[in-house]
Amino acid sequence: MSSTAHPTPVARPRSKGGPTPTLTHLRGATATRARELIALYPEPRSALIPLCHLAQEQEGWLSPEIMVDIAALLDLTPAEVLGTASFYDMLHTEPVGSHLVSVCTNIACLLNGAMELLEHAESTLGVNAGGTTADGAVTLEEAECLAGCDGAPCVQVNHRYVGAQTAESFDQLIADLRSGARAAEIPTHGTLNRVARTTGLQADRNQVANERSAMAETQAQRAAAAKDTAANKAGA
Amino acid sequence: MAITEAPKIITGRIGHADSHTLERYLATGGYDGLRKALAMTPEAVVHEVDTASLLGRGGAGFPAGRKWAMLRKSPVTYLVVNGDESEPATFKDHLLVERDPHQLIEGVVIAAYALQVSQVFIYLRGEFALGLERVQAALNDAYSHGAVGSDIFGSGFSVDVVVHPGAGAYICGEETALLESLEGKRGFPRIKPPFFPAAIGLYGEPTVVNNVETMSNLPWIVLNGGSAFAALGEGRSTGTRLFALAGHVNNPGVFEIEMVKTTFRDLIHAPVLGGGIPHGRELKAFVPGGVSAPWFGPDQIDLPLGQDEVAGAGSMLGSGSVVVMDDHTCAVRASWRITKFFARESCGQCTPCREGSGWLEKIMERIETGNGREEDLDLLLDACDNIAPGLTWPPQQTTICVLGPSIPSSIGSAIQMFRDEFLVHIKEGGCPYG
Repeated sequence: MSSTAHPTPVARPRSKGGPTPTLTHLRGATATRARELIALYPEPRSALIPLCHLAQEQEGWLSPEIMVDIAALLDLTPAEVLGTASFYDMLHTEPVGSHLVSVCTNIACLLNGAMELLEHAESTLGVNAGGTTADGAVTLEEAECLAGCDGAPCVQVNHRYVGAQTAESFDQLIADLRSGARAAEIPTHGTLNRVARTTGLQADRNQVANERSAMAETQAQRAAAAKDTAANKAGA
Repeated sequence: MAITEAPKIITGRIGHADSHTLERYLATGGYDGLRKALAMTPEAVVHEVDTASLLGRGGAGFPAGRKWAMLRKSPVTYLVVNGDESEPATFKDHLLVERDPHQLIEGVVIAAYALQVSQVFIYLRGEFALGLERVQAALNDAYSHGAVGSDIFGSGFSVDVVVHPGAGAYICGEETALLESLEGKRGFPRIKPPFFPAAIGLYGEPTVVNNVETMSNLPWIVLNGGSAFAALGEGRSTGTRLFALAGHVNNPGVFEIEMVKTTFRDLIHAPVLGGGIPHGRELKAFVPGGVSAPWFGPDQIDLPLGQDEVAGAGSMLGSGSVVVMDDHTCAVRASWRITKFFARESCGQCTPCREGSGWLEKIMERIETGNGREEDLDLLLDACDNIAPGLTWPPQQTTICVLGPSIPSSIGSAIQMFRDEFLVHIKEGGCPYG
């Protein structure tokens, strides 16, 4: 019985990425921003979630085609992208409306009428939680705690807080979303962070390494000096 | 007990409408702490934080200075800031990232200098769209100001800071799940011990993970000295702390309070804090530190807001979030909703948590909807016991992370304190509160 031998590692199938993969769905400026994001991380895969957000900014959701592009950029398989994305509530592998309305029903909101608000939302929008209105304007979602408990029941639209809502204010909110009255404040679904990073990485890795070894040397000298002093004192 | 006139260490600036801008930050002493830190040795900065005995503000309450001191034995590669804030009813980091992002960045650069780290990631939960914009804008300004990047303020110290958005997963607040997420994977907590992030963290390198509030305290501690911080509070709970108060209170919000010197009664009832319970109702129960914590009844209301004090009474201060339930609250409904949350957020790696949370949710739902059976109470407790054997506090762990053993907290509390309400639900097929 020789069961201790390790199995031969099997090379995982990889997308034919290479240094400049051909993208079919991520367009011009978005593709450029994607490459800038990847450059911020020591390992490309770390940019997976930021890239998914970026893809949603362009498409509103994560289509299978766009996940192929993300995989190509990160030298992963599309399955690896889907496997990660499907874990996260904010990454949508099915189309959603242009406004994702999230009603929190967790404890602090529950105590302040969130279930009643959600029921009202379902009846006025004519969809159950998780559904999208026929005009594609609103997807209603029952959310877990959104960290806005001082404004309970807490509602977010496209992950922007809109304050505690009553049935009446909720109806007004939906009307405003449909008419575009709040478009400046609430971008369409997928746009998460409208502030771009204006600087690349600045700390030069070699310089940092040199600084650190110089500091370690100084520390060692200081420690040695302290030891000498202690030894001298003991000797005296 | 009177509410002390403690200094506002981390919320002093947020009264200003432009508290998030570099102009306001510089006009109110911003980046002075960093300048002072850069003139000290990194060891001296660690020493100040150790003297402050600042307990981590994420939930576990581990002393930040000691965490760092452990790491100083070997070079640290990465500093990761945990801003995933998802524990239900916790919304203090929300305030800090939106209203004072420069304070966070200054704290982060001070910590990076103390640990001699050249790369920092600030992981913010994706639902903080405005917070992400505020922190990124502040970071851009901080780079231009010379407070981040190469040769910070001419000191020769360099560090890069990257803001990283999460994508909606409670489990990513657990530090090893957060690291997995930051590596572009599903947020599955890692098995530990033996290897904590301090030894094997991000990309397998030694990594420090600290909470947003912990970082935000550092500029004040460096400027005023660790002993000034340690002079506030009492015992192990030093300084001030942010408490998020929600539920049935007139004035829900985030309050900076000197630790131990204030009680839950003050927090809930004082006119300058919670302002009491609406509609003249009475207190039924409260959650002292996030929904993972066992509940307290009105008899515990005079407990001080201190880590050891709350732990000694059989619960935890956790993430510093207090949820108040008035006497019209249905205990079954409240604990059902908390259980539903855990069932939804269990990552699915460990059987007791994945299966147990689903079982508990189903049983709780049938009791809540009036379809419960007499044997359900024992069944609930038995399922809880399989997740956290003995139902002790702190709980016994059967899973990789502490999410699982946190699930029985609310059910255990609710059954222990309000067993008769469960029986009414089961026997009469409905809720006494309508």
